[in-house]
Amino acid sequence: MSRPAQTRKVVGKVLLYAILTAAAIVMVFPLYNGVVTSFLSPNKVDTYPPTLFPVELYWQNYADALRQAPLLRFVMNSFIQSSGVMVAQLVLASLAAFAFAFLPFKGKQFVFLVFLSTMMIPWESTIIPNYLFIQGIKWDDTYLGLIAPFMASAFATFLIRQSFMSLPRDLYDAAVIDGCSNLRYLLTIAVPLARPALGTLAVYSFLQTYNQYLWPLLITNKVEMRTVQIGITMLRDAEREMWAVVLAGVVIVMIPTLILFVIANRQLIRGLTAGALKG
Amino acid sequence: MAASATSTAGRQAARPLSQRARERRRDIAQWMAALPYLAPSLLVFAVFVFYPLVRSVVLSTYATNSIGQMTRFVGARYYQRLVQSSEYLNSLAVTVRFVLYTVPGVLLVSLLLATLGNLRLKGIAVYRIAFALTLAISGATAALLFQFLYHPVVGAFNYLLDLAHLPRVGWLIDPQWALFAVSVPRIWLQAGFATVVLLAGMQGISEELFEAAKIDGAGFWASWRHITFPLITPSLFFLLVVTTLNAFQTFTEVNVLTKGGPVDATQVVVHEIYRSFYFNGQYGFASAQALILFAIMLVLTIIQFGVIEKRVYYA
Repeated sequence: MSRPAQTRKVVGKVLLYAILTAAAIVMVFPLYNGVVTSFLSPNKVDTYPPTLFPVELYWQNYADALRQAPLLRFVMNSFIQSSGVMVAQLVLASLAAFAFAFLPFKGKQFVFLVFLSTMMIPWESTIIPNYLFIQGIKWDDTYLGLIAPFMASAFATFLIRQSFMSLPRDLYDAAVIDGCSNLRYLLTIAVPLARPALGTLAVYSFLQTYNQYLWPLLITNKVEMRTVQIGITMLRDAEREMWAVVLAGVVIVMIPTLILFVIANRQLIRGLTAGALKG
Repeated sequence: MAASATSTAGRQAARPLSQRARERRRDIAQWMAALPYLAPSLLVFAVFVFYPLVRSVVLSTYATNSIGQMTRFVGARYYQRLVQSSEYLNSLAVTVRFVLYTVPGVLLVSLLLATLGNLRLKGIAVYRIAFALTLAISGATAALLFQFLYHPVVGAFNYLLDLAHLPRVGWLIDPQWALFAVSVPRIWLQAGFATVVLLAGMQGISEELFEAAKIDGAGFWASWRHITFPLITPSLFFLLVVTTLNAFQTFTEVNVLTKGGPVDATQVVVHEIYRSFYFNGQYGFASAQALILFAIMLVLTIIQFGVIEKRVYYA
């Protein structure tokens, strides 16, 4: 390769890295700015021009955030809600997906359509009767009220069904001939083999529920039953708005989901896009 | 003899019948086997999706008392009132504008990010993680992060405007800017998910196509336009439908950042519904609003499938 061509290639590469880095900075900046500010002392936060670089590690903001609102209680509530929804979706979706993937029965197409139709009905168009219903049976301010409406999911069923259908059909037939019951086949063969899809679903439904806003806003009134997303705005609405403290709170409630994302992002991404594209 | 003759005839007539009966018995047996697996999900859907949907329709034709009990049939009166309600019509217009800001925004940003993330360079995995990061962030925390960026005095956005010698903007307090300001965190949030979907689509394209194009002398731009883009139109279409539906259902960012203000400039439909039933106790009227929203979303989705999907290239 001639000299100028090689130089041009190097310049092109440097340019590409510059563009990539600029794009990454834009995407990460809002989070970065929040984290940096959460470590600034109050007088640094209120000065102009704003401090954009991590020049301090003022941990007091985190102590203040935890003191001003019961953040750990909120995190616990959200963990209970999210785990409850996650476990229920894993169980219910696996059961239904098993019927759709392996069992013959009349009208299967129709029942499957009934499942899928729930994806087309926006949650907002049913939220008023649901709200009145949960209030009527006195499930407001309870974990049951936070979990129950989300226990079944068409998306989850679909995701697991796709995974079950990729298992060899002969395996099921052979097992049945050997006298294996449906339930035992599901528990000892299908579920272990569908672990990747189940893992994706677990991470996805946990994240979705942890980040819920409207439903917990409607059905929790007691402070000790609030979930993180609602509770975190309490910090901002405090008597004296202290942005460093608010952002420290934001960082605290984001830590669980960020950790989950770092651990599971590969699997999450693979599973979600498989569901999205095969759909 | 006569008895045996009738019994033979009877048996012959009964054979198809018994076969049908046997079939029916088999159908029932199969259903009994499948039902325990389907019943839990069907029960949850019945209680929390289908029954409430029907109840929503009924509720939208009744006057209610303060705790939502139906008191008097009013027919289609709420629907008539909706057509004249300037609040509701405003909230529809605001929502449409929000959709027009966010949907193209998400698609363009994610198309750019996915194209960059698909480059064959050392260390590209780190960039991909940075692009997908917002997958882990919630609407409420994103809104709070941006509220500080929008801070009138010490926020980074006004500081950047100062650096560029541009006039400052009252992001969340100026009715001209508020809806745009509420849209930005939404675009940021959804860009992560959209980029992941598009990247997966791009990585599914066969390498041979690019090799062949290269031999034919196609540069980066030509092969992007004629190979990459057409082959990711299915993913783009999926994203178009999903982000449009999501944008119509926006609530969190508005509730955290502006509560619908200033002067209803960000009062999207779901926030208007929330105000109607949660604060004003108008359960029937709010149900009518929710059903209209459902109808609009349904029609729009059908249109998207009918019109735009024809232009999607399915390999």
